Amino acid sequence: MFREGILDYKLLLHAYTDTFIIVLHLWERAGRLCNREFNRLNGIYDCPYFTSTVVQAAKSGSLKQSYIAFRWISKTKTNIPEYQGQEKIVIRRYSDFVWLRNRLADKFKGIFIPPLPEKSAVEKFRFSAEFIELRRQALDVFINRVASHPELRRSEDLRIFLQEDEETMERARSQENGIFKKKPSEFMQIFKDVQSKVSDVVLGKEKPVEETSPEYEKLKHYIFELEDHLSEAQKQAFRLVKRHRELGQSLSDFGKATKLLGVCEGETLGKAFSELGSKLELMSLKLHKEAQNLLMNFEEPLKDYVRAVQSIKVTMMDRANAFKQHYELAETVRLKEINLDKLTLIRSDRAGEAEIEFRELRGESEEATAKYETIAKLMNEELLRFQEQKTAELGLVFHEFAKGQAKLSNEIADAWRSLLPKLGTTSQLAIM
Amino acid sequence: MMGPEAPSGLDPPLPSESSASLPLTSSSPSSSIYHSTVSSNPLLFPSSSSFSSSSSFIDPPSYADAVFRPVEPQNGRNSTSRSSTASSRSGRASTSDYLEITVTDPRKENDYGTSLVPGGSVYFTYHITTRVRVTATAFSVRRRFRDFVTLADRLAESYRGCFIPLRPDKSVVESQVMQKQEFVEHRREALEKYLQRLAAHPVVGRSEELRVFLQEQGKLPLMPTTDVASRMLDGAVRLPWQLFGDRAYGSSAPQEVVQPARGGRDLLRMFKELKQSVSNDWGGTKPLVVEEDKEFLERKERTQELTLQLNATSEQAEELVKAQHDIGETMGELGLALIKLIKLENDEAVHVSQRVGAADTKIVATAAVKASRFYRELNSQTIKHLQETLHEYMGLMLSIRNAFSERSDALLTLQTLLSDLASLHARTERLEAASARVFGRDESRIQRLEEIKKTIIVTEDAKECASREYEKIKENNRNEFERFDKERQDDFLSMLRGLAINQAGYFEKIADVWGTVANETRHYA
Repeated sequence: MFREGILDYKLLLHAYTDTFIIVLHLWERAGRLCNREFNRLNGIYDCPYFTSTVVQAAKSGSLKQSYIAFRWISKTKTNIPEYQGQEKIVIRRYSDFVWLRNRLADKFKGIFIPPLPEKSAVEKFRFSAEFIELRRQALDVFINRVASHPELRRSEDLRIFLQEDEETMERARSQENGIFKKKPSEFMQIFKDVQSKVSDVVLGKEKPVEETSPEYEKLKHYIFELEDHLSEAQKQAFRLVKRHRELGQSLSDFGKATKLLGVCEGETLGKAFSELGSKLELMSLKLHKEAQNLLMNFEEPLKDYVRAVQSIKVTMMDRANAFKQHYELAETVRLKEINLDKLTLIRSDRAGEAEIEFRELRGESEEATAKYETIAKLMNEELLRFQEQKTAELGLVFHEFAKGQAKLSNEIADAWRSLLPKLGTTSQLAIM
Repeated sequence: MMGPEAPSGLDPPLPSESSASLPLTSSSPSSSIYHSTVSSNPLLFPSSSSFSSSSSFIDPPSYADAVFRPVEPQNGRNSTSRSSTASSRSGRASTSDYLEITVTDPRKENDYGTSLVPGGSVYFTYHITTRVRVTATAFSVRRRFRDFVTLADRLAESYRGCFIPLRPDKSVVESQVMQKQEFVEHRREALEKYLQRLAAHPVVGRSEELRVFLQEQGKLPLMPTTDVASRMLDGAVRLPWQLFGDRAYGSSAPQEVVQPARGGRDLLRMFKELKQSVSNDWGGTKPLVVEEDKEFLERKERTQELTLQLNATSEQAEELVKAQHDIGETMGELGLALIKLIKLENDEAVHVSQRVGAADTKIVATAAVKASRFYRELNSQTIKHLQETLHEYMGLMLSIRNAFSERSDALLTLQTLLSDLASLHARTERLEAASARVFGRDESRIQRLEEIKKTIIVTEDAKECASREYEKIKENNRNEFERFDKERQDDFLSMLRGLAINQAGYFEKIADVWGTVANETRHYA
């Protein structure tokens, strides 16, 4: 079963040591994507859905360092067999999310990993309600996107993230730190890279190794332009939020001024002016509310898509690296083969050694080629998925935007119209 | 009550391009006298503009035209007229002698004769057309700015105490700037408004000075104002004669007290009045006549309060205009950003969903651009309704302040003369007492007594003049205040009405635009 998305906020406030915990429930919409998943998976899994909540934890650290570290509650309801139990609540920090994402990025090359909200070292100290909500929303979207991706959802790391207690989580995280992250073979690769780079420079062949097919060129161009345009749209959306607030403020101020003017005028006018003042105040409130709405539901999704495109760019970089590896290894193998043939021909005793080396290298090359081809193939699938998702999600965003603007404009028009009978001529007012 | 028309009136107005100059098609034919034209830019609109400033209220929202039938010219102040926006202004306008005044066609001319600078100086003249109501005739004259100054000064002299509309500034700028198109156009506009306001004034509008200005061909037959320097010079020349008591050359005609002493030719009088005002402020004795009119004092206070509030409101109005401008601008830029996005998707689409998305986004983008245009139009209307009225009233506050100072000047003159008389009488008494004690006839004393008696007579005359003048000014003040009170209330309500109609209308249009988009994209929900 999938659920049509409904937003249901429950606010619980209770004291916890020195601070208060705000717990918000959110039911994520599983919608169309889930439906598609359902079909694709032939009903093996029920659609997992997740809820995400926010906890503002007590301060950690000594009295001297009084800052608030945010912890996020992730509540998972699912019936995937690997996941124990129907419902599980865990507490995670932002860095845990980052860990998860890094793991996914590492293991699922070729797939567009959903983006995370920005780090923002400054804002969290101000912990405005707005900031909390925006971040919560973004984290929620992240988890749900991961969970609804056919490949990503199978990740063990995701399961750890959603299920394991904090200790296990800590352990998992610390394993990733520093040099332990890299396997020895990766070290070799880095070394080789440096070598080849040096030799290239020395030999004067600095040609960058890039795949160039007209389609891929087109794609690259598209992606870069897309990021630009989305960025621009997001910037304007952000400005629009500000403009709404400014208009609200100016209407309110104007109302206050006319009210004072009305006081000078005496009875009949004074009443009319004070009516005006209160209507203007009302309009101002509506504008502020809409500004808030725009921030959450218009600007943020656009920002989110900018991040998503940036994630695509990361995948493209992965692809480029994979291609480079595949290409260079193929070249090296080719040269090695020539060399081997040569050695075999002159019956050198180094032939055997060379043969082993050659086989090893060829294996690696094939691996690299396979890796590259997987990425390329995945990317195509991902692009399709991305476009469909983008159309659907942005379409909804625009629809809601239009709805919001229509509602706001109507409310403002109504407010002004309701003033008309109160603004007749003095003789008319006297009659009233 | 506005009830009956209100529902029907809120239809979308006619196309924006010509909305400003639309004749009131849905309204009665008699209203066609009042072209809703903007008088400001002769390039865009015909230069003949509706003379009454009420046109700015029945102006676009040709929408408002649909709501209100503008008042019939004959009905003047008919308060049951359903057009509240037009009634307040056009009612007043229709009682004026002049139907329409326009100022057009600024022309450069050279002034050779009078200037000290060789080669002559350049100045502009303006063509003024006037249509008279009663006789349905029209006059045309050509005047330069200096003539306007003369007119303003003569009016100020004749109608002390009235709230006379202020004339446009002299603006001391470089001759280069003086000749720029913009400056000349701005001045032309200001001069037109000035004449229209003068004509709308119930007293000044009927004045001989104005009539002569508007109708007499050739040179303006009003006495030009000499500059301050020359006047001072004249005064300085006369002063010695005054001090020696030479009546032939030194004394001033009694009628001269009708004008304030400051800036006049009579330095002696200036000194006396200065002395009087010092004595008023710091001297021990109360002057013989004071401002006692409680009503006046109250009104004066209220006027000061009003000025403050008007300034504050005007400031906030500017903020509002700016905010409206900004939101419109940003909305437009959002639309453009989306259009760029759409173009990209369409040009480089690989998947079907891209084109689908692009098509729907296009609906949003065009709506945003449309909404942006509406915001812009709304704003220009707001500027007209709101800011124009506020600025006009702020100018009016200055006129009122002038009227107040005329009053206090006249009072000071009167006080001075009364003090003069008192001291002259005192001297008479002393002399008479002294000569009574002396035995025999004292020729010099008798002669002096005679002189003083003559002076007393002259001063009495002057005092009578001053007193009459003072009363006249007080009367003017009173009448003007009553008029001002009534008109102000109507004008403010009118202004707010106009604003409300505007806002309601445009936001309705914007709501429609977005509503359509929401409807057409509802398949996403």
